[in-house]
Amino acid sequence: MSVPENLRYSESHEWVLDDGDGIVTVGITDFAQEKMTELVFVELPDADTEIAAGDELAVVESVKSASDIYAPVSGVVVESNAALEDDPTLVNSAPYADGWLFKIRVSDAAAVESMMDAAAYGNHISE
Amino acid sequence: MVDFAGWNLPVQYAGIKDEALAVRSGGAVFDISHMGQLFVSSSIEGAAEAALDRILTSSVSSLKAGFGQYSLLLNDNGGFVDDLIAYRLQDDSYFLVVNASRISEDEAWLRAQLPDDVTLENSSEEFGAIAVQGPKSAKWFEAVQRADGESSPVPLPDRYGILDLPRSTGRFLVCRTGYTGEDGFELFCTSEFLGPWWDAVIDAGATPAGLGARDILRLEKCMSLYGSELTEDRSPIQCGLKFAVDMTKPEFPGRSVLAQQIEHGVDHRLACVKQTGKAPPPRPGYEILQDDRVVGTITSGGLSPTLECGIALVWIENGYHKVGTELMMGIRGKQYPCQVVKKPFV
Repeated sequence: MSVPENLRYSESHEWVLDDGDGIVTVGITDFAQEKMTELVFVELPDADTEIAAGDELAVVESVKSASDIYAPVSGVVVESNAALEDDPTLVNSAPYADGWLFKIRVSDAAAVESMMDAAAYGNHISE
Repeated sequence: MVDFAGWNLPVQYAGIKDEALAVRSGGAVFDISHMGQLFVSSSIEGAAEAALDRILTSSVSSLKAGFGQYSLLLNDNGGFVDDLIAYRLQDDSYFLVVNASRISEDEAWLRAQLPDDVTLENSSEEFGAIAVQGPKSAKWFEAVQRADGESSPVPLPDRYGILDLPRSTGRFLVCRTGYTGEDGFELFCTSEFLGPWWDAVIDAGATPAGLGARDILRLEKCMSLYGSELTEDRSPIQCGLKFAVDMTKPEFPGRSVLAQQIEHGVDHRLACVKQTGKAPPPRPGYEILQDDRVVGTITSGGLSPTLECGIALVWIENGYHKVGTELMMGIRGKQYPCQVVKKPFV
């Protein structure tokens, strides 16, 4: 189960990468993509959408089920991953790389710092 | 593994899409031991035939020995008690294969109507069954008999035919039928002796396949499923199953309601709908709309591995069911285009 050291994590299995300049990239973890099984559809937010932490922002769907993805931090959506429209399985094959979901301009930089680190998330998923 | 009508069944082995594609390109084997088996017979010549002809919708009297027919068991309101295949055996007794979820209801309804001189035996607990489906099925039927030590294997009967091959281990019935639209057979025997047949057909090359593949394959052929399309308050006329009803028969439960529907029409019917753009997979319960008005609901839906798009059976207002009608599927607050198509999808 891959849990990269350089990322922050939410309890609902989203990861956050600080891109610098107040922008973060968000995706779902290896743990989450494995539980979902192969994705067949992804619904992503439009650019410029204002969001609060905890808002339902996206949906990932497999034959098995559909799961809501929550905004891990507050801010504004900058971009969504257009490649997922043609190939949603990128989330399964590269959840931390080509399978990223969206980018947010965060309203509060400290919010990212207070998220779980890799060790804490590792504990969370082994409970 | 999931609960299906009280049985623990696999949704998939290697993957639904691969299993479904295997059926259409070569062949696969399904464990269908959950299904029900009822035997109807009489010591009085012709009594079983006459009784079933008065209870089932199909023309039981024209069913030849060694063959089966798709048939329906209706209640007095013309609604479905079950859909089934009725086979006439060489001794003029009948072998009915019914849905797992309806075994008790079917037995009760039949017992209530069969005369005293006709016997019904529910052998569902005792029997297991497998379904082998795909173009290689006939070859594999020969292979499994050879694996069993048979030097002169018998061929499969013609389509819808049944072989009644009693063995030292008990009854052994093989029917050239299935729920996938491909060539294939269903093999029924006492459950403790079924295992080696499964093993043998796997050795011959069959891919094991589960409920997920079974559901998308029957959906691709627009075959209805009891509980999804067929319910106690829907009729064969609404569900496109008039071909399984012989209206020339003077009497069977529900006949008068069907006659009314044939004459005056129906308010709702089943239709086959295909997604025409990128969309989330269709699922039962999703709404079907036109110009923002709800006109129907999905009863069964899934992603067709053959067509690589979403397909669904829908219960829809009469008038919106016509081939070519453009509609929308409502999924999580958005609408996605779809269209009524001719059956079957594949």
